[in-house]
Amino acid sequence: MNQGAPSTPLRGRAEALASPLPPLLAEAEHLAQAVMLGEHGRRRAGTGDEFWQYRPALGGDDARAIDWRRSARSDAHYVREKEWQAAQTVSLWVDDARSMGFTGDARRPAKADRAALLALAVTVLLTRAGERVGLADGSIPARSGPAQVVRLAEAFSGLATGAGEADYGAPRAEAMAPHGRALFFSDFLGDPAPLEDALGRAADRGVRGVLLQILDPQEETFPFDGRTIFESMAGLLRHETLRAGDLRGRYLERLAERKDRLRQLARRTGWQFSTHHSDEPPAAALLWLYRALERRL
Amino acid sequence: MWVLGPIGFTTPWLLLGLAALPVLWLLLRAIPPAPIRRRFPGVALLLGLKDEEAETDRTPWWLLLLRSLAVAGLILAFAGPVLHPDQRRGGTGPLLVVMDGTWADAADWPRRIEHVQQLLTDAGRAGRPVAVVTLTDLPEGALPFQAASAWVSRLPGLKPQPWAPDPKALSAFAGRLSGSFQTYWLSDGLAHDGRMAFLSALERHGRVTVFETGRPFFALPPAVFKDGAITLTALRARPGPAMSAAITARGPDPSGTERDLARGTADFKDGATVAELKLSLPSELRNRITGFAIQGERSAAAVSLTDDALKRRKVALIAGVPDQEGLQLLSPLHYLREALKPNADVIEGKFGDLLMADPDVIILADVARLPPEQEDPLIAWVKKGGTLLRFAGPRLAQSDVSRETEDPLMPVRLRAGGREVGGAMSWGQPKKLRPFPENSPFHGLAIPKDVTVKEQVLAQPDPSLASRTIASLTDGTPLVTRKALGQGQVVLFHVTANAEWSSLPLSGLFVRMLDRLAVATRPAEPSAADLKGTTWVPKKLVDAFGATHDAGQVAGVTGEALGRAEAGPATPPGLYAAQDRRVALNVIGAKTVLAPAAWPAGTVVEGAAARHERPLKGDLLLAALILLLVDLAASLWLSGRLRGPRAGAAAVVLAALLALPPHPAQADDAFALKATHGVVLAHVLTGNARVDQIAQEGLQGLSDVLTQRTSVEPDTPMAVNLNTDDISLFPFLYWPITPDEPLPSAKAYDKLNDFLRTGGMILFDTRDGDVSGYGTTTPAGQRLQQIAAGLDIPPLEPIPRDHVLTRSFYLLQDFPGRYDGAPVWVEAAAPDAAKADGMPFRNLNDGVSPVVIGGNDWAAAWAVDAKGNFLFPVGRGATGERQREISFRFGINLVMYVLTGNYKSDQVHVPALLQRLGQ
Repeated sequence: MNQGAPSTPLRGRAEALASPLPPLLAEAEHLAQAVMLGEHGRRRAGTGDEFWQYRPALGGDDARAIDWRRSARSDAHYVREKEWQAAQTVSLWVDDARSMGFTGDARRPAKADRAALLALAVTVLLTRAGERVGLADGSIPARSGPAQVVRLAEAFSGLATGAGEADYGAPRAEAMAPHGRALFFSDFLGDPAPLEDALGRAADRGVRGVLLQILDPQEETFPFDGRTIFESMAGLLRHETLRAGDLRGRYLERLAERKDRLRQLARRTGWQFSTHHSDEPPAAALLWLYRALERRL
Repeated sequence: MWVLGPIGFTTPWLLLGLAALPVLWLLLRAIPPAPIRRRFPGVALLLGLKDEEAETDRTPWWLLLLRSLAVAGLILAFAGPVLHPDQRRGGTGPLLVVMDGTWADAADWPRRIEHVQQLLTDAGRAGRPVAVVTLTDLPEGALPFQAASAWVSRLPGLKPQPWAPDPKALSAFAGRLSGSFQTYWLSDGLAHDGRMAFLSALERHGRVTVFETGRPFFALPPAVFKDGAITLTALRARPGPAMSAAITARGPDPSGTERDLARGTADFKDGATVAELKLSLPSELRNRITGFAIQGERSAAAVSLTDDALKRRKVALIAGVPDQEGLQLLSPLHYLREALKPNADVIEGKFGDLLMADPDVIILADVARLPPEQEDPLIAWVKKGGTLLRFAGPRLAQSDVSRETEDPLMPVRLRAGGREVGGAMSWGQPKKLRPFPENSPFHGLAIPKDVTVKEQVLAQPDPSLASRTIASLTDGTPLVTRKALGQGQVVLFHVTANAEWSSLPLSGLFVRMLDRLAVATRPAEPSAADLKGTTWVPKKLVDAFGATHDAGQVAGVTGEALGRAEAGPATPPGLYAAQDRRVALNVIGAKTVLAPAAWPAGTVVEGAAARHERPLKGDLLLAALILLLVDLAASLWLSGRLRGPRAGAAAVVLAALLALPPHPAQADDAFALKATHGVVLAHVLTGNARVDQIAQEGLQGLSDVLTQRTSVEPDTPMAVNLNTDDISLFPFLYWPITPDEPLPSAKAYDKLNDFLRTGGMILFDTRDGDVSGYGTTTPAGQRLQQIAAGLDIPPLEPIPRDHVLTRSFYLLQDFPGRYDGAPVWVEAAAPDAAKADGMPFRNLNDGVSPVVIGGNDWAAAWAVDAKGNFLFPVGRGATGERQREISFRFGINLVMYVLTGNYKSDQVHVPALLQRLGQ
């Protein structure tokens, strides 16, 4: 017990280091648990670990391929086939701009929190399915295995507070593997040009993916009135109005326009687009993400 | 101070601030409401949007008005406004404050002192020397002018006195006055002798201001006993509207505690100053009264002590024949003694001794002639106001007393021998009484039918006979005659005092007649002559506030002084005693007249009803604060802060501030009404929904069966939450035990123990009779032990064969539910319960078991659904149905036991039960 005291600083640091991880990771694992819907395979024979089927041996089959145990139970020879398991590369981009740190109500998580949670839950799911997951900007190359989950969880924990410098984020998609998959989490409220550019290049490289727009309910309803000065989260943009209530209609119009533009962009490049609100349960969004990815994998 | 109409301002220059209001208006108008800064990522989408209408960014006019009013209110408030400002009494030079200091001041003495204090404070501020004088306690020598602060410390020592100012002392004091001073006179509002002279004496030295309160003033003169009732007269100083004064009679109750013995109200008619109250009290009560008081009047005048006047009379009995031992019922005095004892002090003895004892009444029963040395003092005694009551008898009939000439001690002349009617040797029927004439003191008494007279002495017809007869027989012959002698009277009953001659002494009428004649007679008020040569010591004294207290060691007062005394310093009001006699000296005598003080024209009279100063600062500040609050809300609303993200929180806070908390009692009332509308069986909520539902359905089944078979018709069973509901409303609780049931809270335990101690019963059911019967402790049983540890449960035993539960409605020996065989436990019988002779039962008449504990899952056996179908199978086939039937019978027996207790253990039913048991 006497050695406990000197070891305390190290242990304390280790625990401080590890403390942000477990809640996010645990929450993501918990969320992912709800979406484990049966088998996730290619549903055809190939190289892999899982048993797929026995089929009668054909002429070209290697004698080594014959499953003698199965064959011994009948007159014919059988070959044991495994399910094809080809690892796919998925690149994630989670917007770390200041605007993602916004929440309209202390009881609601910030948009960044929600984005990090969903991204990590998807990571957990994909890792379990054996896919390789990495960050689109190349800071964490795509790998498979549980260790990658921890690595990404660490990366996302930093994002969860919306710690970036810029007001609005632009996707950094330099490191997307060709013919891979990509997931973009953002509010997409900033200038859409960089996004269009990134998606165009992604389409060129055969990358398909998903755009998930995460919005706070206040951004959807604009429940303001009276003389107001609106400022962006970093304070770089500012707009003053005498009657905020009058702006509501036109703001909502512009928001719908922006969503429509994103949807068009996604359709043009073969991506998928959806909007998630931070007051909704994350499970629904995760389910949608999972299905959207699964369809094309 | 600057006065504007009824309002004055202490710092009027602050009002100049009002001039700044227009400037404020312009300033406020120019400054629009401050914008809110909001962080909002959606601002990127807002860029470039223009406001549709160029709305004025100025403050709306009504908000400006609101703010201006608030500021104006503040300015006005700090200017120190005062409604009805008190223009300070001016004046210079010494100030004399005169207080009457009588009993009439006592009622509002603290306020008077306060008033004087105010005067002293003012005088102290002005540096005037002050003297304070009470007229009932005049200072020796010259006026004691001192600094006001010196008097302030002496004020608490001033006390009113229970008497009026002495006119002589007043004029002497007026003669000692010197110098020039102003006078402030706090009058008690009553006219006292010498007052006007004193006023003019004061006016010679300076200005006199009189202060009077217009409060009504009541006084209570001594009670008078008249015609069998106590008559109380309440006085008031000023005629006023009709009102009533509540008067209470105080005195010790039989245990000696002082309390209100009687009360009544004297109603003043509109404009009258006198009101009467008649109190007719039993003499027992009357004798105990020590005083009367007007309720709510804190003054000696409203208190009237009583003395011997209302006390029981002293009656001396003298018989012609000495009492013979063993012949009590024949004794001429026996009936008198019995009749008088409750109402009077009866004394007996030698004639000379009796007269010395100064009785109020002397009764001579069949005494013919007294020796002359006794006769003369007796005549003198009667003339002084004594009542001599004589009864006839054989001796009187045979003597020659009052034959030829009327004896002074006989009311009438008598004929020799008397007469006998309705006897064995005479004609006619015994005579009855004629109703009493109006002038008779007996008038109004009911005459019982069975009162008859067989023998009497007859009066000689005289001119005065008719007027002296106060009772007569149906044939007109006198039965009772009376004549006045001096201040006293002589009364003769023409029959004996015992039942020999008539049945009158046997009847209640006799007592009432004596009451009217002897006991209800009041002696004249003691005059100075009556009291001559005696010394009276005060026993109780009354202070000015009307409180009585023991006098302690005080020098006595001579009878003469007391006889003519009014209350004064030498003879303070109170109760004086000499030997056995007691005389009350009251502040208000019988002749006292209450008159309001009449001040000569020109005197400045102030009233306490004068308008009081009222500072308005607080009110104005409050109004300004409210306006500012309204402004706050309006500003928030205008700037959009009442909408938007935190509007919900703000609304909740506002609602919490404004809304009163909902009344929690209403839900309780509904529950209590439902529970007490009829007999309601109840079960305890266990937290296990399934178990609770079975309990509810089981009790419903039992209620249905009870309604069908017995006169107990329970309402729908109720579920009881031990923590929140009042269980004392139920006679019976069914408590199914589950192994995971939470323990009741400490409060719930208190309620449960109260419930058990005050006659409630709980049926604990562990619902595991199928497994619990083999000596193992089941989880539910363990839980029951834990729950019951906090309960006040007596020692238990399995239901004995002679327990009341076995026969309270059905004769039972088994108590099955869904299961059978597990023992059922009840409170153990008293160890000394013995088998009664010839009875199969022990004598178990005491106590009802507060708990019945078992595990047979009765609710499941009783449970029915809405259509009346049984929900759970019991046993197999016909045997099972029989078991269910017995289980219902147990339920009925249990409810009967709860509702009727040990009724069936009563011996009355034993024979019928024996007969049935024998079959």
